[in-house]
Amino acid sequence: MSVLVYVEQAEGKFKKSVFEAVSYAKAIADQQSTHLTAISIGDVADSELKELGKYGASKVLNVNADQLKTFVNQAYASVIAAAAEKEGADIVVLSNSFSGKGLAPRIAVKLKAGLADGAVELPSTDGKFSVKKTAFSGKAFAITELTSANKVIALNPNAFGVKENATDAAIEAFTADVKQSDLGTVIKEIVRATDKVSLPDAELVVSAGRGLKGPENWGMIEELAGLLGAATACSKPVSDADWRPHSEHVGQTGIAISPNLYIAIGISGAIQHLAGVSSSKVIVVINKDPEAPFFKVADYGIVGDAFEVVPKLIEALKAHKA
Amino acid sequence: MKILVCISNVPDTTTKITFTNDNTEFNTSGVQYIVNPYDEIALSRAIELTEGGKGTVTVINVGEAGNDPTIRKALAIGADDAVRVNAAPRDAYFVAKQIAEYAKDKDFNLILTGRESIDYNGNQVAAMVGEFLDIPSVSIIKKLDVDGDTATIEREIEGGKEVLTVSGKFVASCAEGVAEPKIPNMRGIMSARTKPLVVVDAVAIEEVTKVTKYETPAPRGTVKLIPADQTESLIGLLHSEAKVI
Repeated sequence: MSVLVYVEQAEGKFKKSVFEAVSYAKAIADQQSTHLTAISIGDVADSELKELGKYGASKVLNVNADQLKTFVNQAYASVIAAAAEKEGADIVVLSNSFSGKGLAPRIAVKLKAGLADGAVELPSTDGKFSVKKTAFSGKAFAITELTSANKVIALNPNAFGVKENATDAAIEAFTADVKQSDLGTVIKEIVRATDKVSLPDAELVVSAGRGLKGPENWGMIEELAGLLGAATACSKPVSDADWRPHSEHVGQTGIAISPNLYIAIGISGAIQHLAGVSSSKVIVVINKDPEAPFFKVADYGIVGDAFEVVPKLIEALKAHKA
Repeated sequence: MKILVCISNVPDTTTKITFTNDNTEFNTSGVQYIVNPYDEIALSRAIELTEGGKGTVTVINVGEAGNDPTIRKALAIGADDAVRVNAAPRDAYFVAKQIAEYAKDKDFNLILTGRESIDYNGNQVAAMVGEFLDIPSVSIIKKLDVDGDTATIEREIEGGKEVLTVSGKFVASCAEGVAEPKIPNMRGIMSARTKPLVVVDAVAIEEVTKVTKYETPAPRGTVKLIPADQTESLIGLLHSEAKVI
């Protein structure tokens, strides 16, 4: 018995959400009185792999095959399942990222494992292996018991936090047979906006809605987000009207986020929107309508016109940083 | 081109979510059910890809007879026929296995789902169907074009997108951007009544997960209102009181 964590790399680097998944997997390994092995696929320098030791991985399997340099979920799932079998790992942990969401179900089927995706807490230790996960688009949590011998858990970003637990990570090369048919998807292009904070795993988010009146008024939202180091988001009517891209739409039919701080500007707070953001740790609502339902779930509120409040916030933030 | 679209029967997006029986069951009382909104996107793209006699669209649902109105809605939107696997859907693993069993000898070129159902938010079924059938899967796609045997897909990644191609049969889960959801017209609603809806039996599969209890998010304290003329004090509160900046 041991725990295996898949560490997703992007351009040879690990993001905070990966260290969070390693921290979480280490805590599970401690619960189970076993050790934690990490598996990395792609071209990652040893110095970066060693970083995983800082969060408790005592062994790192390094898979660096030419045909696996870019993400192919079918092949990656084969390699991770093979590693789990070889290591005798009965629990596989990964980050519930976009790629993780494509990968975890395939690993679960290969290992005949129950999958808890969107996990927000450590598993219970009362004899049943149950994981609390988000359900009903943030309106509830489902305590899901994984009844199978093997288990797969995909951890939501910002749910557990990064916890240091220094160990010396031994790096081992690992190879597994990959069928040609496992390489059916071929990446042609990867486009990343490098100057922006990625929304799903952002710690701070500045979001705006129809109260902004038009796409030309997003300059102050971008400026506020830039000063905070926050990602930008929007409500459904805004992305539906093409004022902002769909990838920024948070809510029941957009993406669900759980940042440390969510600032909602000119968003009334319809139940569908709240579903996607209600697990944010601190919510600030700025709206000129004192009856806006969003105030009922906010921690801090300002009743006022966004076009007056936001510039004042920007000035105050500049003064605070100075 | 033959396309299979997997649809889920979910509570309407405005539903207030509550639980009964000591928080072990979802309270279905008074709940309106709809086609999962992401599945509607998948269905709408499937219809676009097969319009003008270029193919057929079959919808599949795993559920009991109570789901039939939702399935008829999908037929009204424009699917050609429907299949219901007659079983209460236990979890994504169970549902994916049923879909894979149905699809394995039917020669579908493409199997589409929504990115996730808005009840269990799993985003598991598409990739699991792909794994059960041993064919490629792409999760959370934003764009889908098909040219002959090759599809070009855009999928979302953190902070950007990935463009990829896939040849032959595959499964994909669709997000916003793939298509505008189609609204059924009167002719669609009329014809949906007579389109074929076949009911098949479920296959047995081992249990791997079980929801034992539900929780609702802890209520928040009351909002601390800051007068608009003291806006700047918010920054101090976020820094020293909430400690988030």
